[in-house]
Amino acid sequence: MHLANDLNTYLTLSGMLFAIGTFGFLARRNAISMLMSIELMLNAVNLAIVAFGAFIPSLQLHGAIIALMVMAVAAAEATVGLAIVIAIFRNRKTPLVDEYDAMKR
Amino acid sequence: MRAWLYLIAAAVAGAIITTPAIIVLIMMGGSFDDALVAGLATLMLAAGIAVVSMRDIIRCGLAMIVCFLALAGLYVTLGAPLVAAAQVIVYIGAISVLILFAIMLTQEKAGSARLTFQTQAAPAAIAAIVIAVLVAVAAYGTNWGAAPVHIVAAAKLIAQELFKDYVLVLEAVGVLLLAAVIGGVFLAKREKDA
Repeated sequence: MHLANDLNTYLTLSGMLFAIGTFGFLARRNAISMLMSIELMLNAVNLAIVAFGAFIPSLQLHGAIIALMVMAVAAAEATVGLAIVIAIFRNRKTPLVDEYDAMKR
Repeated sequence: MRAWLYLIAAAVAGAIITTPAIIVLIMMGGSFDDALVAGLATLMLAAGIAVVSMRDIIRCGLAMIVCFLALAGLYVTLGAPLVAAAQVIVYIGAISVLILFAIMLTQEKAGSARLTFQTQAAPAAIAAIVIAVLVAVAAYGTNWGAAPVHIVAAAKLIAQELFKDYVLVLEAVGVLLLAAVIGGVFLAKREKDA
């Protein structure tokens, strides 16, 4: 058993967390729940990046740096995404995405 | 009376979450590192499932904090303490609080399960399971040429690399964050008298 010193462990974990995020994004009706699922998916990708950086010698420092950049971009995404959700909520009075049908009518 | 129920529920949840770690440690002959990884992984996945499946959205947000905390622990076991610290500061300190505030601004009464999930929830679950299996198969089927023991990325080396080779990316991220701040304020500000 070498869980802690095996790249595959972390990649599988990352895949599972990404799958959970995918399910949440596709299945939830609340817009903020969907944003939280997107955060889960970004974190899953970050875990894979850090794992590659930790186990592959030629990627040693690059993994951590790219993970930090992904975090900054995720923070920007969360800011703008939540601002958009709040702006829509102010107009439509509901956080449920399937009631945002103004462009379908 | 209610308090005892909560305590018992918390004890049961803790037992469930620590079970894989104990199994790895005792039955499968793993080291303490392996047990730690197994425990953190279980906590992360359980909290992640709670995020996407609970009905009360405030609890989803709190479960997300637990999920990010377990992920920070995994970063530490991976030898990336700087990334773990950034995870705690950025995700738990900033993004989670932002999301909790947004939840409180758009709060509604928690509806029935039919209101919580789309009608496409079952196909979405199948798609998620397929993705997880595909990633696991691809990970185990590829020879990554990975080192048998992981490397600790020291903060000093990361900083030197960050301000030498990655300085353009760093500046670009700074501009992106500025744009995000301005865009967020512009989008969320109240209309004057419309």
